[in-house]
Amino acid sequence: MTYDKPVPAIDAESEPYWTGAREGRLMIQRCGRTGRCFLYSRRLAPGVDGTDIRWIEAKGTGVVYSFTVCHAPAGPAFRDETPYVVACVELDEGARIVSNLMTDDIEAVHIGQRVEAFFDRVSEDLTIPKFRPAG
Amino acid sequence: MSRSPVIVGVADAPTRERGRALPGATVLSIQRDAAGEALSQAGLTMRDVDGLAVAGMWGMPGPGAMQPVLLTEYLGLEWPRYLDGTNVGGAAFVLHAGRAAEAIRSGQAETVLIVYGSLQKSQAARALGGRPAMFSNQWDIPAGLPLPVGAYAMAAQRHAHVYGSTRETLAEIAAATRAWAALNPAAAFREPMTVDDVLGARMIASPLGRYDCCLVTDGGGAVVMTTEERARDLRTPPVHVLGHGASASHASIAHMPDMAKLEVAEQSSRRAYAMAGRCPAEIDLAMLYDSFTITVLMTLEALGLCGYGEGKEFVRGGRTAPGGAFPVNTNGGGLSYCHPGMYGLFTIIEACRQLWGLAGERQVEGVRTAICHGTGGVLSSGATLILSTENG
Repeated sequence: MTYDKPVPAIDAESEPYWTGAREGRLMIQRCGRTGRCFLYSRRLAPGVDGTDIRWIEAKGTGVVYSFTVCHAPAGPAFRDETPYVVACVELDEGARIVSNLMTDDIEAVHIGQRVEAFFDRVSEDLTIPKFRPAG
Repeated sequence: MSRSPVIVGVADAPTRERGRALPGATVLSIQRDAAGEALSQAGLTMRDVDGLAVAGMWGMPGPGAMQPVLLTEYLGLEWPRYLDGTNVGGAAFVLHAGRAAEAIRSGQAETVLIVYGSLQKSQAARALGGRPAMFSNQWDIPAGLPLPVGAYAMAAQRHAHVYGSTRETLAEIAAATRAWAALNPAAAFREPMTVDDVLGARMIASPLGRYDCCLVTDGGGAVVMTTEERARDLRTPPVHVLGHGASASHASIAHMPDMAKLEVAEQSSRRAYAMAGRCPAEIDLAMLYDSFTITVLMTLEALGLCGYGEGKEFVRGGRTAPGGAFPVNTNGGGLSYCHPGMYGLFTIIEACRQLWGLAGERQVEGVRTAICHGTGGVLSSGATLILSTENG
């Protein structure tokens, strides 16, 4: 079964995230000077400049910062899954990740909801970290 | 003050049923025709144009990567000395006008033409969901976030959580905008639409339903700017560009600093107000890019037309509709008039018509100062313009 959804165009700066995901680890970036964590954009971690940036493994827990229930799919590959939830999760370390929130109870999804990461191996090459309500 | 920048001509491209371009139009001819009409309104010709600003999604990949060059060729401009192809999404043309104002003031250009065209409806070319999952979009696109609507939906959800706005708040905006469109013969959708109609429409990305979303149409437009001195010999009274500002923050919605506040608009408008020597209380008309209803709500708050969290009261009960206390998007907006993909230019076109008293049935009495605000991407960029019938 081929994976027909869009796949990330992994670049040298995001490669540790996606490699970590394949190994079951949720990787984020941390500034060695300020200790602030982020993922790919430094905008949400003010003061993070320079190049003393390290990849660390996040705990994988956080809260829903915002979300939307998609009733109209983002292209044909998502058609069979509507309605589905895309959430912006703020990890306990501070970084934000947009991914799917997989749940049987879509009505219960809310901002501030505790969630935890799990690793969805969608193809041989790609594992996507997703979230589910914290158990 | 003779080199003060002014707007002397505007035009939008005529369309037929539901916002389709006229038969035989190309994405270039739409722009030529709009440019010609805007120039002739002022009593100018293409020969007078020595500056060009353009942005769009046409011709890409390919010659659209150099739109100012291609349009110089197509329009037959002779050695333009000012070129601007800055593309910051739908905010682009408002940003262009600000930069053109400074080019005119400093003498880099005498007459600047800002143009836009799109055949996205008749060519079924709006395929933003098909964009590659690159850079900061490596996360949202693989998750199936429909773009741009899903990103605006997340902002709406956050705004509701923080400030208590509701789906009814957003529906008020859609209904008020439709009521303005009913007064605009050029609008694609003019049938009456109530708050209940908006609430009853099918959901797209919660909390945004069908009528919370802008149209998909063809279209185009042009704006002509020159100096106050040159305008003395022209047909139209000048609309003064008193202030402008622009900024940007994020490309993926994940990185919007505060998803309940359109801080990029706060930043750009703060500079525009300061330059203009105006405050929000002195604004008579707001022309705000309404890609979605939530965009209007967040822009009203960020421009200081009301406080953060006060937008839901500001729009309640048709306050922004015809006959209401504060007119917003009197052309019917991207929600009901036209939305060819990058709508920002139309905010300027309508503001000028209102300032000239040429808005027909939808004319608002006593409009002396208007604010235009363009938003690009996923609440990513912003550009503000403050226009007035008076200089200073």
